[in-house]
Amino acid sequence: MSIIKSGLRYSAEHEWIHTPADGAATVGVSAIAADALGDVVYVSLPEVGDTVTAGESCGEVESTKSVSDLYAPVTGEVTEINQDAVDNPGILNEDPYGAGWLFKVTVASEGPLLSAEEYATKNGIDA
Amino acid sequence: MTKQTALYAEHELLGASFTDFGGWQMPLKYRSELEEHHTVRRAAGLFDLSHMGEIWVSGAQAAEFLNYALVGNFAAIAVGKAKYSLICTEDGGVIDDLIVYRRADDRYLVVPNASNADTVAAALQERAATFDVTVEDVSESTALIAVQGPAAEAILLEIAATGSRQLITDLLYYAAVEVELAGLQVLLARTGYTGEDGFELFIGNPEAVQLWKAVAAAGAQHQLAPCGLASRDSLRLEAGMPLYGNELGLDTNPFEAGLGGVVSLKKTEDFVGRSVLEPLKEATLERKLVGLQGAGRRSARAGYDVVVDGSVVGTVTSGLPSPTLGYPVAMAYVKTELAEPGTEVQVDLRGKPEPFTVVATPFYRRQK
Repeated sequence: MSIIKSGLRYSAEHEWIHTPADGAATVGVSAIAADALGDVVYVSLPEVGDTVTAGESCGEVESTKSVSDLYAPVTGEVTEINQDAVDNPGILNEDPYGAGWLFKVTVASEGPLLSAEEYATKNGIDA
Repeated sequence: MTKQTALYAEHELLGASFTDFGGWQMPLKYRSELEEHHTVRRAAGLFDLSHMGEIWVSGAQAAEFLNYALVGNFAAIAVGKAKYSLICTEDGGVIDDLIVYRRADDRYLVVPNASNADTVAAALQERAATFDVTVEDVSESTALIAVQGPAAEAILLEIAATGSRQLITDLLYYAAVEVELAGLQVLLARTGYTGEDGFELFIGNPEAVQLWKAVAAAGAQHQLAPCGLASRDSLRLEAGMPLYGNELGLDTNPFEAGLGGVVSLKKTEDFVGRSVLEPLKEATLERKLVGLQGAGRRSARAGYDVVVDGSVVGTVTSGLPSPTLGYPVAMAYVKTELAEPGTEVQVDLRGKPEPFTVVATPFYRRQK
């Protein structure tokens, strides 16, 4: 699995977001962030119906080694959360861009987002 | 400029992620630090601890000198045994915690932490001025490999020379013996930092790779896996063992750290720090190191405030979600009146107070 998935956009705080042509966007954390954290053992997510604000903390991701805030890459209303990620946080390490997605949100406005190439460059990785 | 151990290339081959620890580039983990943690509890883990210091103290006055330089009584330990001890400042602050192995009447091996090895070597040199002893720092040329976990003894027996087998099975906790493993002469100690049975193997750098590979090969059928510093930290915290820089430092005294028993006030010699430490034994301490168990899922982390009724009453020194126990554990300095097990406190977890209970340590104790 590639450490950065093309076709997604990324925040500087290592969240990824997939924005389809229509429907809610999906948010997760990048493999770079998951690797840096180590084995994730606890995930706290916003609740369905919450409004998250781009650039602000909306949850946290915790490993044995450390904890980091989960930042919303966009502003909008949360429409769905991934209960599997809460029940089995290890999937953030195993499949951060797939089964380890975190929540879906209807996008009212976007924060600063990077393309996969820009995110790769920023993190010193050859895309 | 970070240093590399004699085993660095082995770690690279094993795909380790590295971290800078005490001036050394050390394996943080090889695959999953959680898996490594569980492997040590269930089978055995193989650690490179070559960043630790090794300092030989020899000479006619070796015991007297160590009794002056450190807080323990080293005249009282038998040849072959080891003792956990502290080196303190004149003010009673902790310069380092260390293990001292008595190898002969007049010869001891002092093993300080990596980050303090130079400081300890310098302090010992300075304190040795008026004693008939030689202090020799061999940290740079000595490798240290740990095999920790319930399968550790069985693994070493696989590669032990016939004449060494009984020396290994008879070896007591906190004792050391010279043995032959995989054809190599090894100083083998039954010590560790994981809360499991286990061994630490001292060997010269040139032979370190050969020993590491032999242990790894013999351990394969016992589910041995290489383990990094991430799991070492979670293992030691579950076992309630202090980490210098977190629970211990120049601003902590041994009594508040719960290490009063390590300070020998029975020995007749003066020792560095005695004039400050002796009155502390009977004094009321302002704070004490305690264990904390979290009621929720979020973990306390080093530096977080311990709070009661909105007032700060202490500081967390280490904390994480315990892989073995499944709940958050932490160590913290709290006001002495709050140090009784069962006391309810809160820890400020990034702005949100969460309930924790003071508990006795260790958090985890192995079945014997």
